[in-house]
Amino acid sequence: MENNAFYVALTLLLNLDASLFQIVALSLQVSLLAVLIAALLGFPLGAAVAIWRFPGRGGMTVVLNALMGLPPVVAGLVVYLLLSRAGPLGEWGLLFTPGAMILAQVVLVLPILAALSRQKVEELLGEYREQFVSLGMSSSRMMPTLLWDARFALLTVLLAGFGRASAEVGAVMMVGGNIDGVTRVMTTSIVLETGKGNLPLALGLGIVLLTLVMLINAGAYLVGELTRRRVG
Amino acid sequence: MTSFHVPQLASFILSPPPELCFADVTFSHEDKVLLGPCSFTLQGPGPTLVMGPNGAGKSLLLRLSHGLLFPTQGRITWSGEVCPRQAMVFQHPVLLRRSAVANLIHALAVNNVPRRARVKLAHDALERFGLTACCNTPARVLSGGEQQRLALARAWVLSPQVLFLDEPTSALDPAAIKAVEAAVQEFHQRGTRIVMTTHDLHQAKRLAGDILFLSGGKVREHTPAEIFFDRPVSREAQAYIAGELVE
Repeated sequence: MENNAFYVALTLLLNLDASLFQIVALSLQVSLLAVLIAALLGFPLGAAVAIWRFPGRGGMTVVLNALMGLPPVVAGLVVYLLLSRAGPLGEWGLLFTPGAMILAQVVLVLPILAALSRQKVEELLGEYREQFVSLGMSSSRMMPTLLWDARFALLTVLLAGFGRASAEVGAVMMVGGNIDGVTRVMTTSIVLETGKGNLPLALGLGIVLLTLVMLINAGAYLVGELTRRRVG
Repeated sequence: MTSFHVPQLASFILSPPPELCFADVTFSHEDKVLLGPCSFTLQGPGPTLVMGPNGAGKSLLLRLSHGLLFPTQGRITWSGEVCPRQAMVFQHPVLLRRSAVANLIHALAVNNVPRRARVKLAHDALERFGLTACCNTPARVLSGGEQQRLALARAWVLSPQVLFLDEPTSALDPAAIKAVEAAVQEFHQRGTRIVMTTHDLHQAKRLAGDILFLSGGKVREHTPAEIFFDRPVSREAQAYIAGELVE
C-alpha cells in the first residue's frame, strides 16, 4: 500500500504534511508572481506590437513567437549568468532565492503572453480599427480598450503562461538550487525524489501538482465562462 | 474627430452645418483608380443621400470624407477654420464587448468629456433612442436593430456636426429601419449634416434633401432629391431609377 502513488499523495494531503505545504505554497507563490509580472509587461508589449507600425515589427513578432519555445534550461542559464556573483546583477544577491526563480519564470512566460496577446489584440483591432479612428482615438488610447475587450481571450493566454511556469523544472533548478525549505518547489522535489528512487513519493507529488493545476484552470474557466455568457 | 467640451455642445445647433468640398479627389489602390476624379460641394441643408450601384465608390467616398482614408490626389476640405466634429455609423455596427451604456461612456471618455457628465449624457441618449431597458445588456447580445440604434446613440452623445452613415439599414427589418430613419431625422433636425449611402430608392425618397449619384467611381449627378427622382439629368441615374442594371 505504501508503494501506491495515489495512497502516498492522499496521505501527504490528509496528514497536512508541513514540508509538502511549504513546497506547494512556494510553487504557487513563484509561478503566480512570475505570471503576474509577465502579464503586466507582456500584455502591453503584445498590444503595442499589434497596434503600432514600426521598423522591425515583423522581426519582433518572429522573435516573440520563437521565444515561446525557449528551452527552460537556456532561460535558467541566462538568468544564472546574470545573477551569479560575477554577473551584471550579481550584487542583488538573488541567486538561489525564490526571487531568482521568479525572474527565470518571467523570462520563460513573457514571450508566451506577449506573442499570444499580440495575436488576439491584432484580431480585435482588425474588427475595431475603423470605429476607433472614427472616434478619434490615438494609438495609445486604443491599447487599454483593446486589452479590456480581449479579456476573455487573454484569460486563456494567462492560463497558458501559468501552465508553462508551474510545469517547468530546468530553470528553477538552475537558479534556485532546490534548497530544502528555501527554494524547493514541486517540480524540483519530483526530480529529487525520482533520483533518490522514492518513486511513490515522486508520483504522489506529481499527482498533487496536477490536481492543483487542474483546480486553478477549472476556476479560471468557470469565471471566464460565466462572464462571457453575461457579456456575450 | 477633435476633442470637445460639453459647454460647446449647443453652439453649433443654430449655425448651418459645415460644408464639405471635394476638389479633384482621386483614390487609387495598386494603380487602379477606384474613385474620381470628382469635385462637388455639399452645402445645402441635406440630408445628402449617396446612391449608386455596388462598387460605384459610395463607401469609399464616405470613408474619404470622414478621414478614414486619404485621397491619392486632390483635396477634401471643410468650411470653417477647424475640422468639424464627425461620427460615422457603419453597415455592421462595431460595438465594444461591454454593456450598452458602457459603450456610450467609452465614446465620451475618449473624447475627453468630464467623468461626471458621462453617465447622464449616456443615459439621456439611451432614452432618446428607446434603449433604456437595454442599458446594462451586453451590446453584443442586442438585436441587429438595437445594435444599430446603439451605434446611433453613440454618435449622438458625441454631438457631431457631420454624421456619415454607410448603408445603416441594409441588414434590418422594416420596424428597425423605421427607428433608424427616425433617428437620422433627429440628427438632421439638430442641425447635423447627414451624408448617408443607401441602395433603397424608397428610403432615399423618404430622407433625401439632395442626391449624390455615383457609378463607376465617378459622380454622375448631384441634384436636389425632387429633381433626381422626377427628371434625373445623367443617363446612368435615369437607368438606375428606371430599375435597369447599371454598372
